[in-house]
Amino acid sequence: MAGKEKMEQLKAAQQKWSEKTDESVQKRPERKETFVTGSNHEVERLYTPVDLEGMDYEEALGFPGEYPYTRGVQPNMYRGRFWTMRQYAGFATAEESNKRYKYLLDQGQTGLSVAFDLPTQIGYDSDHALSEGEVGKVGVAIDSLKDMEILFDGIPLDQVSTSMTINAPASVLLAMYIAVAEKQGVSPDKLTGTIQNDILKEYIARGTYIFPVEPSMRLITNIFEYCSEETPKWNTISISGYHIREAGSSAVQEVAFTLADGIAYVEAAIKAGLEVDKFAPRLSFFFNSHNDLLEEVAKFRAARRIWAKIMKDKFGAKNPKSMQLKFHTQTGGSTLTAQQPDNNIVRVAIQTLAAVLGGTQSLHTNSKDEAMALPTEDSVRVALRTQQIVAHESGVAETVDPLAGSYYVESLTNEIEEKAMEYIDRIVDMGGAPSAIEKGYIQKEIMDSAYEYQKQIESNERIVVGVNKFQTNEQPPQGLLRVDPTVGELQMKKIDELKEERDNDQVAQKLAELKKAAQTDQNLMPLILDAVKAYATLGEICGSLRDVFGEYQQTVVL
Amino acid sequence: MDRPIRVLVAKPGLDGHDRGAKVIARALRDAGMEVIYTGLRLTPDQIVQAALQEDVDVVALSILSGAHGHLLPKVVDKLKEEGIYDEVLVLGGGVIPEDDIPELKKAGVAEIFTPGTPTGVTIDFIKNNLKRSL
Repeated sequence: MAGKEKMEQLKAAQQKWSEKTDESVQKRPERKETFVTGSNHEVERLYTPVDLEGMDYEEALGFPGEYPYTRGVQPNMYRGRFWTMRQYAGFATAEESNKRYKYLLDQGQTGLSVAFDLPTQIGYDSDHALSEGEVGKVGVAIDSLKDMEILFDGIPLDQVSTSMTINAPASVLLAMYIAVAEKQGVSPDKLTGTIQNDILKEYIARGTYIFPVEPSMRLITNIFEYCSEETPKWNTISISGYHIREAGSSAVQEVAFTLADGIAYVEAAIKAGLEVDKFAPRLSFFFNSHNDLLEEVAKFRAARRIWAKIMKDKFGAKNPKSMQLKFHTQTGGSTLTAQQPDNNIVRVAIQTLAAVLGGTQSLHTNSKDEAMALPTEDSVRVALRTQQIVAHESGVAETVDPLAGSYYVESLTNEIEEKAMEYIDRIVDMGGAPSAIEKGYIQKEIMDSAYEYQKQIESNERIVVGVNKFQTNEQPPQGLLRVDPTVGELQMKKIDELKEERDNDQVAQKLAELKKAAQTDQNLMPLILDAVKAYATLGEICGSLRDVFGEYQQTVVL
Repeated sequence: MDRPIRVLVAKPGLDGHDRGAKVIARALRDAGMEVIYTGLRLTPDQIVQAALQEDVDVVALSILSGAHGHLLPKVVDKLKEEGIYDEVLVLGGGVIPEDDIPELKKAGVAEIFTPGTPTGVTIDFIKNNLKRSL
C-alpha cells in the first residue's frame, strides 16, 4: 500500500517537473523535436521508477546465472574470466592464414576465428569457373583436408577453441577439423569451438547459400545429432543476427529475426526426433554491436530474456543450459567509415563497451581500415588492444551487469522485448522463419529500415561524423592489405597435385556412397567425414550433394 | 517527351552483401528511374545478357568481395563484345580501395562510388553522364 501511495506521489511530482521543463523548453528549444535511438525508437527526456511500475525484479531480471538470465548466463560473469577475445581472420592461402593465427595467439588472443573465402563458403573448389577472382579474397581458400592440415599446423586443437564462419558446407569443414584433430592425436570429444551453420540468415542477408531450405535444414539437424554424441563440447550452430543488422535492420529486428530463426532450428531438430535438452545446450548466438551504447546493452539483455522464455514455455526445456542464450559479438562493420578511418577506433571502443556491458561470451573487434580492405596486422592489433583496455582498465568487467536498474536501460530492455515479440508472433503466424523468408517478408522489413537509415543520413537528420558533418579533405590511406593475386593459381596447382597423389578410386567410391545416403534420411556426417579423409575436395563433396539436393533459388526483394 | 532512365543494378561474382545494391536501387527508383535488380551471384556474361534484354542506359555494379579488379573489367569487355558499351554507362560501387580506382576507370568503368557516398551524388552523376539520349 505504502509503495502504491509513493508511486502516486512520484507520478504527481514528475508531472509537475515535466510541465515546468516544457515551459523552459518553449523559451530555449531542445536540439531536436524528437529524440530517437540508433534504431529509431523515440527516447523520452527522462526515465524514472514510473517507467518501471509493476516490474517484478525476480521475474524480469532475476540473478545472473539464473532464469530468465537477463543479467547474464554465468553467476559471476567476468569476475571468473573475461570474454574470449576472438579476432575473425583469414585470407589468401592456408599458409598465410596460419601465420596470422600464430601472430594473434602470440598477442594474447584467446580463441581462433576462421574466415573462409567465398568459393569455400559456397562449396566450389578454387579451380571452378565461378571462383575466378574470388580465391583467397575475403578469407582463406580451403579445397581439401590438405589445406586444413596446413591451416592448423602447429596449433594444438585441444588447447584453442575455434570458431568457423561456415554455413552451407559447415558439415564438410567440421569434418575436416575433426580429421585434422585426429591426426594431431586429439579425440573429437576434446574439441571446443563453433561452426556458424546458420543457413536461414544466409537466405535473409548474407547470401552464401547452396541448397534449398529442406535439405539444408536436414544437414543442420544431422550435425546437431552427430555432435551431441561425438563432439559434446562443440557449439553446433551460431544463430546470427550480425548479418541481419549489417544488412540494415534495427536492433529490434536483429533480435526478432534471429530468435525466429532459432525457433525454426529447434522445431526442425525436434521434428527429426531429437530431444530438446540434448541439442539445445549447444546452440549459440551471434549478435552485432552498434554505436547506440545503451540501446545495444538493452538489446543483449532482452535477447537473453526472450530466449529463456521461449525455450522454457514453448519447447518445455528442463535443462537450464537449454535456456541460456550464449553469444558471440562482432562490432558493427557497417558503422565504420572510409572517411577519417582513425575515427573508427573510437566507434569500435564504444561498441566493445556495449558488448561487454551486455554480457557477451566472446568478441571480435573490427579494425579501423575495414571500410576499405581487409585489416593489416597493425590495425588488428589496435582492435585487439581495445578489448584488452576495456577488460583491464575500464572497470566495467568488475561487477555483473552494471547497468541493471537504470530506469532507461530497463525501459529499453522491456520495450525491445515487447516489439521483438510482436515480430516473432507475426513470423510464427506466417508459418515460421523459412516461410517468412520465402515470402520475402523478413528481407523487405530489413530493407525498409536500411533505406530509412540512408535517407536520415542524407537529410542530415542523423549525423555520421566525417561523413555528413565534420568532413575534412584527406589523402587516401596508404598501406592497405593486398591479397596476393597469384593465390588462385597457387590453389589450382595444389588441387592438381592432390588429384595425382590421392587414391582416386577410393574418392569416387566415398562420393558415390555419400550421394546414395543423401537420397535416404540417413545422417550424412559420418559419410562426409569418410570422404574428407579420403581427400575428396570440398567442391566434389558439395557437388555430389548439389546433384541430389539441387540449389536454392533466391527470392529477390527490393 | 523524355522516357525514364533505365538502370540495371547487379551483383557480380559470389559476394552476398546486397544492402548497398538495394539501397541504391531504391534511391534511383525514387529519383524516377526504371530499375532492374538482378539478385545475387551473376557472372559478367549473365549481367551483360540482362543489360541487352532490358535495354538499359546504365549498368551499376556493386561488389564488396575484393574481386572488383577481376570482375568489373570483364563486364566492360563483354559489353564491348556485344557492341553496346558505347550506349551503356558502367558504374561501380562497394568496398573498393582508392588506389584501385584509376585502374578500373582505365578499364572502362565511368565512376566508382565508395562507402559514404550520398545517393544524390550517384543520381546526379548518372543524369549528367548518360551515353545515349533519352
